[in-house]
Parts: sequence; structure tokens; C-alpha cells
Amino acid sequence: MTSAAPSKLVSMQQAIAEHLPSGSSVLMGAELEQMIPFSAGHEIIRQGRRDLTLVGPISDILFDQMIGAGCVSRVMAAWVGNASAGVGYCFRRAVEQAIPRAIETVDYTNFTLAMALHAAALGVPFLPTYAALGSDVVKSNPNLREFASPVNEDRLIAVRALHPDVAIVPVQRADAYGNSHLWGNLGVAIDGARASRKVIVVAEEIVSPEVIASDPNRTIIPGFFVAAVVHEPWGAHPSPVQGYYGRDHAFFTEYHEQSRKQEDFERWLENWVLKIPTRAGYLKQLSETRIADLKVREHAFTAPADFGF
Amino acid sequence: MVAAAAREIHDGELVFVGMRLPMIAFALAKRTHAPRATGLFENGIIRDEPASTLLYTMGDPANLFKATFCGDMISVMSLLQQGRVNVGFLGAAEVDRFGNLNTTWGRRNGQTVRLPGSGGACDIACLAQRTVVILAHDPQRLVGRVGHITSPGNGNGGRWRRAQGLPAHSGPSAIITTMGVLRFGEDGEAYLASIHPGIRVEEVLSQTGWALRVSDKLTVTPGPSEGELAAIREIDPSHFWTKT
Repeated sequence: MTSAAPSKLVSMQQAIAEHLPSGSSVLMGAELEQMIPFSAGHEIIRQGRRDLTLVGPISDILFDQMIGAGCVSRVMAAWVGNASAGVGYCFRRAVEQAIPRAIETVDYTNFTLAMALHAAALGVPFLPTYAALGSDVVKSNPNLREFASPVNEDRLIAVRALHPDVAIVPVQRADAYGNSHLWGNLGVAIDGARASRKVIVVAEEIVSPEVIASDPNRTIIPGFFVAAVVHEPWGAHPSPVQGYYGRDHAFFTEYHEQSRKQEDFERWLENWVLKIPTRAGYLKQLSETRIADLKVREHAFTAPADFGF
Repeated sequence: MVAAAAREIHDGELVFVGMRLPMIAFALAKRTHAPRATGLFENGIIRDEPASTLLYTMGDPANLFKATFCGDMISVMSLLQQGRVNVGFLGAAEVDRFGNLNTTWGRRNGQTVRLPGSGGACDIACLAQRTVVILAHDPQRLVGRVGHITSPGNGNGGRWRRAQGLPAHSGPSAIITTMGVLRFGEDGEAYLASIHPGIRVEEVLSQTGWALRVSDKLTVTPGPSEGELAAIREIDPSHFWTKT
């Protein structure tokens, strides 16, 4: 990256305002239970987006919150709920009672959703798999179609390529041009970024291009895929970011209790999303002691790898 | 229940661990009879050693720390499709007499409720060599036929799996409940293979939603040894996942 390239650094507010209009399909939760872009989802709620299609293998309670806030018309996912506490009450209310509005569900399995993004990342219209054969998941999802293998006698599922409009990908560090380092489990982040028309990177830290180039194996998104880079420390809370902060298990349990009824959820939404315009304000409300409890207690740096020649 | 689940893991095997009780079962197996088993997690983690602290999700930092491999979902889940995965653990809202699982549409007080969905369960049920289901024994949950097959077991029995195109060496191996262990006959239907200590066969039958067959060679599930119990307490000291 030359120094003449324009910086892509913007605020979360700007990133969502510019790149995520109502009606978009948006991939979130690409790294599964860790590094869920909660601050981005909350900004989407505050900006009043509607008719979104949420795409993700699982997005823990973020999908539940966005559904409860009325932003969503369709969910394409393998699992929607609260990973450590159970069901997602907003998801249930929307599907069962159309509260606050009706939503369409397009059910995937983790592997078939990963394959759908992989197909898009490879630039092919579908990929074959044996997964989901015989299941009712296939019967209910038009993007999964059984076919006869052209090269042997097998039956397979053709998983149609899935191209989200926007992928929101939290990373540990990125440079101002979007070149991004991510470590830990990667989920569908690499394919998800490549499959999507635009990528918003949400970084715990902004570093120089030299830091990125010092360890190119850790780069999961080259900057040319990226439309916007948002510097948002603690942007994934209550989900964890390896090397930065832990999972706030209690927050998930509290949300579970406080979203059981629609009116309680609305209070939760007002308190944790609507009345707090920025992540800084959210962190203040979270309290210093709670943040201190979640900080890394014992750092564990990797062994250095020599890129010299 | 956890001890019985742990015994489904043989030494040296590749295991899809999943969440909740199976996490404890994997950690227990590693500490006892299966020290060389390898744990696979669909978010992209492979571990030779179980995490050192209790996990609430497979993405908890403790599960990434000192992992053998962290990569993407496809690089781990494709091991299933290659036929390399020996055993996968699954929970479910409902399981039926043929081992089919439903985690998509439940029934509660006569009403249909939407459940979270497959996650990776359908993939594991389709492709792992052996699938082990763990759930509480309740007639609402062990039902004659599930209303929705999220994750296929033996379908409607017989050669159903092969007819669907599923791999030859795959399918349900056991259902471990709070009352006993069910296994599957040649015809694909579950039968009661063992009852846990202190449980009577009649109780199991009355708590099962179909006329459950009982093995001629019915045994009593060996209870957890003192060593196993101590290990479980160490793994889950606050009893978050192991209630009793």
C-alpha cells in the first residue's frame, strides 16, 4: 500500500450511513461466537434501517436484538438464539407472532452456509456437498437443491452461491487501508469478506501498514476488498476478542431474562442501544469495574516467526 | 450421563465436540480412557488438549488459547465430509425412534415454537461415522416421529440413509438420556440398551413417546467411577452444565 492511497478510516456512524441502506443483506457473526460486531449492529438499529436480510452461521444475541428492533425482514442462518442461555426470544416472537414484524427464515446448516459463501468467494454459482441430504433443511431452503453427480452415481446438494451486500468483520487490527489481521478461529470470515460486495472492517486497533506486512500470513482481508475501516475498541462486547477481552457471560444471561417479554426487551433496547449514541457512552454505562473484569489477565504472545531472507 | 457420553469416545478418535454436556464429556474422556482423542469445533478450532477452564461457548478465549489449530469453518467441517470424523455429539429438543433430530420447530403446550435451528448439527448427523445424541429423558422429547427432520438419523428406518445418498459408514450410534442408553438395531430403530443405576425399565418406557423395544441383553449403565466424578467436578466446579 503506497502512502498516497486514501485512508478508509471513518466513524461507525459514517460507515453505516454510507454503506448500509435499508434493504441490504448483511453478513455478521462470521467468526461465530467470538468477535460479533455488536457496535455495528447497534448503530444499524439507531439509524433505523429496515427490511434487512441478516446472513450468518450463528450470531448469538445480535441477530435477536436486530430482529426485536424491527430492522429485519429475512434471516439466512444456521442457528439463531443465545449461545450460552438458550433461545432468542425476539426471534421467536417475530417468527411465531410477527412481533414487531413478520420475518422470513431461510434455514441453513453451518457447513452449507459456509459453502454458500465459499462458492461466492470462488466465483462459481454453486458447490456440491453431501451435508444436509435427507434433512428437512433442504426441503425448506430453495438455495439447497439435490442433484445427480455428473462424474459418479452419487446424489449431492448444490449449495447456491451467496453474495451479501455488506460483510461487517471485526478484526484485532487493521491499517487505515483495510488490510486486516485476525487471529483465533476464523469461522467464515475469509470467504464472507470475499463473497460480499462491500466489507466494513471493525478494528480494535489501527496499526501501520508495516505491522500488517510484518506478518502477512495473519492477513485475512487484503485492503482492496474493504470499503470502510472503523476503529472501535470493545466493539464486539459482550462477545470476546482474543488477546483483547473476554466474553461477558453475565451479559448474555441478563439479556436472556430481559428480553423474555416484548416490553422488557424494548426497555433493554432503549437502555443499551437507543439512548447511547456512541460506543464510548456504552462503555461508560458498562462501568469500569465490569470492563476491568473482562480484560486479558495473562497475555500469551505467539513465538516469533522469521520472515527474513 | 456425562460419564456414559465420555465412554462413546475411543482413544485416538477425531471427535466433533459441540457445546454444553459434550464439552464436559470430551474433557472427561481425555483425562481418563482417551488421552489421544482430538477435539474438533465447527467454528474452526482443533484441540489436542481440552480447554483449561469451563467453556460457555466454543468461541470462548480459553478454547482458542493453546489450540492445536485455528482456521476457518470449512477446514474443520470438511473433515466430516472426508469421512475422517469418528464421532459427533449432538443435543436436541426432540429425537424420534429412528434417531432423527428436531431443533427447528418445537411443540409446547400444543403450540408450535421456533427453535434456534441446525447450527452444525445436521452436517454432523449426516457425515460423522457415529452420532451420539444427549438429552433429558422426557416423553415430550423422545417422540415417535419428529415433526421436522433438522438432522437426519435413520429416517424411517431400513436403508433410508443410503437411499438419501448419505455416506455408508455414518449415522446414529447412541441416544444417551438421563435414564439410560438407547442404541440402534439393523432396522434403524432405537432400543433400550442400558438403564442408569437406580432407574427401572418401566419408568423408561413410560417416559418414552413410543413403544420402546428393550434389548434381551439389557445392562445397567456403569455409574461414574470416583475418578470420573472427581474429574467432572474439576471440569465444571460451579455445576453450570452438570446440574446433579
